[in-house]
Amino acid sequence: MTQVGPADVARVFREEYGRAVAVLVRVLGDIDLAEEAVQEAFEAAVRRWPETGLPPSAAGWIITTARNRAIDRHRRESSRDARHAEAAALHVPDVPEEEGAVRDDRLRLIFTCCHPALARPAQVALTLRLLGGLTTAEIARLFLVPEPTVAQRVVRAKNKIRKARIPYRVPEEADLPDRLPAVLAVLYLIFTEGYTASTGDALVRGDLCTEAIRLGRQLADLMPDEPEVFGLLALMLLGESRRTARTARDGTLVPIAEQDPADWDATLAKEGRALVRRCLRRGQPGPYQVQAAIQAVHSEPPTDWRQVVALYDHLLTLTPTPMIALNRAVAVGELTGPAAALSLVEGLRDALGDHHLFHAVRADLLRRLNRADEAAAAYAEAAARTGNLVERDFLDRRRAAL
Amino acid sequence: MAHYLLSVVTPTGGTPPAPDELDAIMKNVEALHREMRDAGAWVFSGGLEAPDTATVVRPQGDELLLTDGPFVEAKEYVGGLSIIDAPDLDAALEWGRRSARAIGLPIEVRPFQWA
Repeated sequence: MTQVGPADVARVFREEYGRAVAVLVRVLGDIDLAEEAVQEAFEAAVRRWPETGLPPSAAGWIITTARNRAIDRHRRESSRDARHAEAAALHVPDVPEEEGAVRDDRLRLIFTCCHPALARPAQVALTLRLLGGLTTAEIARLFLVPEPTVAQRVVRAKNKIRKARIPYRVPEEADLPDRLPAVLAVLYLIFTEGYTASTGDALVRGDLCTEAIRLGRQLADLMPDEPEVFGLLALMLLGESRRTARTARDGTLVPIAEQDPADWDATLAKEGRALVRRCLRRGQPGPYQVQAAIQAVHSEPPTDWRQVVALYDHLLTLTPTPMIALNRAVAVGELTGPAAALSLVEGLRDALGDHHLFHAVRADLLRRLNRADEAAAAYAEAAARTGNLVERDFLDRRRAAL
Repeated sequence: MAHYLLSVVTPTGGTPPAPDELDAIMKNVEALHREMRDAGAWVFSGGLEAPDTATVVRPQGDELLLTDGPFVEAKEYVGGLSIIDAPDLDAALEWGRRSARAIGLPIEVRPFQWA
């Protein structure tokens, strides 16, 4: 018998919590009861597994234990008359869950957490809480918001799911184009928040990236026919492959042009590129697939800027946003030169004048055009607009180096 | 089945639609209510007179105080409402979407406490 320690239970918790909660929500018809039951089951695992060893199916053990505990509790708390009926209503045969049914449960839970009737911050908190098994304290720490704020979001969202009867259901095929983008946006927001923390002094909160990729892999496993799901996963993997190279030893930011490709994670990049090729072959390119394709080009230096500009042109037809136009301008700056890029950037001032990236890109182009005074002013404007201390430090250093 | 309130969020002091536009809206709304009836979802619908026609009755100790006008002056008011019967929020929101399209104003969809 292999030794089972708290670390093993913690690993199973991370991997199986979402699956177990998803099944129990269906069985019990209530999110709070499901969470309670699953937590009790893990407490039992911490006590039992060191003696018995890891069960053959840890997930199955947790789900069965959680279900039995919930039924016991119900019997205890029910009055004598109601007891029989309620126990019967809860009774589910004590057999291992069929893989297909469990998959459906997890998809149901993802779509419930990301229901469009819930605000985005509530969708994010609920997804991390119920599918990722993160505590409200962990979510609060990762997003740098007060814990009561997160707790309140989660409580309010669960309350709304119950009282407004948000269904526990995978949307119909016809509704997927409306519903899937919210799920993808929630996962990508978790990833990007980890990638460049919008506030605070750590450039990268890697746990969020890891969690987003883990959920992305699950979603890809659950929805193998949706190319945008694979596009998102590829985009996150390619970003992740460069994550550690983005910061120097002293914690300062290293721009992509100055990163050493040898520091990139070749395995993740390779997986990301393979996914890009695979999903683009389906001929239904969506915004995540095209963004992933751009990152795939970057992952094989020297960057083919002509291809990057062409991909941005395509991305702009799919999602015509000023931020994508700004990124395209950066690529034009590499392909054609800073003067052409600067005139494109100036055209975006009305839309992006409040965003630090607009000023950072402008500053870099002015620097390359040897317009040092204007560049210094632009770096200062950019630094004043970012909440991320590492980015601010980078901008200040660039300005000092002019 | 659960009951949901669909309120028409009407801007205070907005320009009312021209007569022919209003005719078209009323036709759309009537058609939608017919569909709600046919689907077994319709419970009640009605348009409301403007808020300045309202009177508030307020308990004040043992007395009841009447005040002329709505209980709160706001940028929007409830211009009309439907009560519908729906199995879940997705079904209620679908009626909400169709109401918003028919009327051209925001619709607040809110669950009743009891099914």
